[in-house]
Amino acid sequence: MSFLHRLKHALVILVALVAASVASIAQTTDEAFKRLAADSYSDTSRAIEMLVASAHPNAAQIVEALGDGRLLAGPSDVVVKTTAGGFVDARTGQALGAAPDGLKPVRLNNAVRRAVQAALGGLGLLNPDPAKRIAAAEAVFKSRDAGLLPVVEAAIGRETDPPALKALRQAQAAILIARPDAQPLDRLAAVEVLYERGDQDALATLRALPGDATPALREAQAKAIAAIEGRLRLWAIVQNLWYGLSLGSVLLLAAIGLAITFGVMGVINMAHGEMVMLGAYTTFVVQELIRANAPGLFDWSLAIALPAAFIVAGAVGIAIERGVIRFLYGRPLETLLATWGISLILQQAVRTAFGPTNREVGAPAFMSGAFELGGLAITYNRLWIIVFAALVFAALLAILKLTPMGLQMRAVTQNRRMASAMGIRTGRIDALTFGLGSGVAGLAGVALSQIDNVSPNLGQSYIIDSFMVVVFGGVGNLWGTLVGAMTLGVANKLLEPYAGAVLGKIALLVCIILFIQKRPRGLFALKGRAVEA
Amino acid sequence: MNSNRREFLGTALAGATFLGASRLPAAAQQETIKVGILHSLSGTMAISETTLKDVMLMLIEEQNKKGGLLGKKLEAVVVDPASNWPLFAEKARELITKDKVAATFGCWTSVSRKSVLPVFKELNNILFYPVQYEGEESERNVFYTGAAPNQQAIPAVDYLAKEEKVERWVLAGTDYVYPRTTNKILEAYLKSKGVKPEDILINYTPFGHSDWQTIVSDIKKFGSAGKKTAVVSTINGDANVPFYKELGNQGIKATDIPVVAFSVGEEELAGIDTKPLVGHLAAWNYFQSIKTPENEAFIKQWQAFTKNPKRVTNDPMEAHVVGFNMWVKAVEKVKSTDPDKVIDALPGIEAPNLTGGISKMLPNHHITKPVFIGEIKDDGQFDVVWKTDGLVPGDAWSKELDGSKDLVGDWVEKKCGNFNVKTGKCGAA
Repeated sequence: MSFLHRLKHALVILVALVAASVASIAQTTDEAFKRLAADSYSDTSRAIEMLVASAHPNAAQIVEALGDGRLLAGPSDVVVKTTAGGFVDARTGQALGAAPDGLKPVRLNNAVRRAVQAALGGLGLLNPDPAKRIAAAEAVFKSRDAGLLPVVEAAIGRETDPPALKALRQAQAAILIARPDAQPLDRLAAVEVLYERGDQDALATLRALPGDATPALREAQAKAIAAIEGRLRLWAIVQNLWYGLSLGSVLLLAAIGLAITFGVMGVINMAHGEMVMLGAYTTFVVQELIRANAPGLFDWSLAIALPAAFIVAGAVGIAIERGVIRFLYGRPLETLLATWGISLILQQAVRTAFGPTNREVGAPAFMSGAFELGGLAITYNRLWIIVFAALVFAALLAILKLTPMGLQMRAVTQNRRMASAMGIRTGRIDALTFGLGSGVAGLAGVALSQIDNVSPNLGQSYIIDSFMVVVFGGVGNLWGTLVGAMTLGVANKLLEPYAGAVLGKIALLVCIILFIQKRPRGLFALKGRAVEA
Repeated sequence: MNSNRREFLGTALAGATFLGASRLPAAAQQETIKVGILHSLSGTMAISETTLKDVMLMLIEEQNKKGGLLGKKLEAVVVDPASNWPLFAEKARELITKDKVAATFGCWTSVSRKSVLPVFKELNNILFYPVQYEGEESERNVFYTGAAPNQQAIPAVDYLAKEEKVERWVLAGTDYVYPRTTNKILEAYLKSKGVKPEDILINYTPFGHSDWQTIVSDIKKFGSAGKKTAVVSTINGDANVPFYKELGNQGIKATDIPVVAFSVGEEELAGIDTKPLVGHLAAWNYFQSIKTPENEAFIKQWQAFTKNPKRVTNDPMEAHVVGFNMWVKAVEKVKSTDPDKVIDALPGIEAPNLTGGISKMLPNHHITKPVFIGEIKDDGQFDVVWKTDGLVPGDAWSKELDGSKDLVGDWVEKKCGNFNVKTGKCGAA
C-alpha cells in the first residue's frame, strides 16, 4: 500500500467522521422539525427539547416564535413568521418572500407552553439584556428544570448585574433543593436563598422538597416555611386593607353622584345606575371611534371618554329632571316609581341599540398588569381607580364649596323659597344639580368599564350599594359618603376571607340595619333647620 | 289631479285586494304547527338567551324552506319571560293553553326550568332544555339536550388530573343550585380518586360578583403549596369576565394555575380582551372552531341570518339544533304533534350533531354527546386540546352522590324518572 493511498484512506475516514457529526446535528434538527409538523402536543414538546439540545443557531428564535404562535410547520418546511410580518425559513434563517402553501401554525397547550418557557429560560440566560436574563432566570425558577443547572451555574459565574445575579441564585436554589444528588450543604444554602426571597413562589418551591431530605434539611425547611408564612400573614392584613380601600373607591365613585341627587336634592333616583351604564357605553363608543379613526390615541381613550361621558350622562340627567322629576318634587313614592320606570326604559334602549351581549372596553397599557410592593401585589387598574375616585371627590367638594353655582345649590336645598326670593332661578339650579349628579355617575361609568362588564345591567348591580353608602354615610353630606364608602369597602374585605363573599355581604347588611336602627340619619347627620325642611 | 289620485288609490286598493285575496284562502287552509320559544329577551339573562331565540327562529325558517312539517308550515311563538322566574311559568302556561304550541324550546337557568316544570306536567306538553345543568332530574315532559355533569364536569376534571397532573383543586362557583350540585358531585368524585380534603378549596360568590381581588389572591395562596393547582369554575355568565381580568392583572397564567370553566363560551369571551387568558380552558360539547362540514355550514347560515359576519356560535345553540332536529324526526315518525305520541317516539331518535357525530335521545330524556376541552385563544375562540373517544351518554342521576347513585331515569320500559335499581321501585326513597 503506497503512502498516498494510505493518506487518501485516512482522509476519507476523517471526512466521513466530520460529515457524521454535522449530519447528526442536522438529523436532530430534521427530526425536531418533523415532530413540529406532527400536530401532536407531546411531539412538539419533544421537538423543543431537541432543538435546544441541538444548539441550532436559530433555536431561540424558533422556540420564541412557537410560544407566540408564529411558527408555521408543514411536511417539508418550517417557517417563522417574524413580528414584523415577514417570513423566515427556520432551518437556514433566510428571509422568504411569502410562506409556502400548506403550512399550519404549530398549536400549543399548557404543557407545550411550559416547555417553551423552560427552553427560553435556558436560552435567555445568555441574553445581553439584564432584564431578559432576569425573566429567563425567573422562568427557570418556576420550571425547576434540573437539566439547566450547568447553564445556570455558568451564567452565575459570568453575571455582573446584581439583580440578575440574585435571580440566577434563586433559580439555582430552586433546582438544587429538589435534587437528591446535590451536596447537603448546597441544599441548606438553597433553603436560605429561598427564605430570603420569601414570597409565595418561594413557599411553593420549599414545600415541594422531595421526601429524601435529611433531618437537618427538613428542619431548615420547616423553619423557613414558618418564617415566610408569618411574614406573608402580616402582608395579608395589609393586602386586605388595600383591597378594602379599592372596593371603597369603587363604591365611592358609584355613590357620589347619588350623594348629590339623593343626598343634596332629596330625589330618590332609581335611574342612577343607568347613568353609570351610559358612561360606560360612552367609553365603549369613544374607544370604537378611536380604534377606527386614530388607533395611536388608544392610550388616551379613557381621558377622552371622561368629558364625553360627563356630557352624555349629564344631558340625559337634565332631560329626566326637566321631563319627569320636576313635576314630582315632594312626592317621593311617585319619584321612586317614575325613575325606576326610566331605568328600565334606558336599559332596554341600550339593549336594543347595542345588543344584549357585553361590549369590550379595552384597557390602555398603563391600566394593565400589577407591581409588587413588598408582599403586596397592586394592580394598576385598581390603583388608578382609587386615584380617580379621590380626584372626583375633591373636584365635587370644590364645586359645592367654592363656586357660585355650588353656593346656589346649597341655598336652594336649604331653603328653596328664601333662595328664590334672593333671585336664584331655582328651577334652573335643580336641573343643573341633577345634571351634575348624573354627569358624575357617567364619570364613574368610565372607571367601572375597566373592572366590570359593559352590559345593559351594569347599573343595576351598583344601585343598591350606592343607596347603602349614601344612607349609611348620612344623607346630604359628601364627607359622610366618603367615610361610608371606605368603611363599607374595608369592612367587606376584612370579613370576606373569614366568612366568604356571600356570608360577608349578608353580615355587612345586618350590621348596617342595626346601625341605621341606632342612628337613623347615618354617620354624619345634618343638624339644624335643613333637616326639618 | 283629483281624479288622478283617486285612480291611483283605486288601483292600489285593487292591487292590495288582489294580493290579499290570493293570500287569505291559503292562510285559512293552511293550518300551522306552532312552536313556543321561551327565552328571556330582557333582564339579566337576555345576554345569553336572546341568541337562543334567534337560533330557533333560524331553524324554523329553515324547516319551512324545506316544506315545513307534515305538510304544514311551522310558526314560531316568541314570548319574553324577562329573566323573571315566576313569569316563566305564566308565559309557559300562555304558550300551551292560549297559543296551543306543539312543543316549547326554552329556559336557561335551572330555577327557570324548575319554575315551568309543574306547568308542563299539568298541561302535558314538551320542553326542550338546551343548557348544561346539574342533573339529578328526569321528567317525562322535559328533554335535556344540554350536558349532564358526567358529560362536562367529570371529563374536564379527568383531563386536568391526567394531562396537567393537577393535585390541588379550587372549586369556585356562583351561589346557586347548578354550581352547588356540580361541586358536590365533583368533590365526591375527587375524594373517590384519592384527593385529600385539604387539597380541595370550595368558594362561592354572589351573582354578578365584580370584586375578585380577595378570591384571586386566595387562589394564588392556595396554589403555592408546592402541588400543581387548578381552578374548576362554575361561575355563572358574565361574572367570569371580571374574574378573568383579575387573574390576568394579578399575573396568574394558565401555565401556573389553569382555570377550566363550564359556563364560559364564545359569547362570553366576545366581551373581553382574551390575550391574558390564553391557555385557560373550557369544557363543552361543541366549539365554534371545530372543523366539520356541518359546523361550517351552520356558522355560515347563522352569520347570514344575523347579518353579522362576526357573530359567534356556542354550545347551547348546538343543543337547540340537535333538539329541534330530533323533535322534527319524532313528529315525522308518528305523523302527529300530539305530545304523548311524540314523547313516546323521541327516545331512540338520532340526529347528527355539528361536530361530526350522531347524537341519540336516551330513555332518560338526555342525549349522547361528545366532550371537548378547549383552550382559549387570543381571538376569543377555542382550540380543542382533548376530546372523548366517542359520545358520552348523559346520566340523569349522578353516580357520585349517595342519594342518587342507585337511581335511573327510564321512560321507555319503566315509565319512571327516578327508578331505584336496588329496591326495584319507582321513587327516590
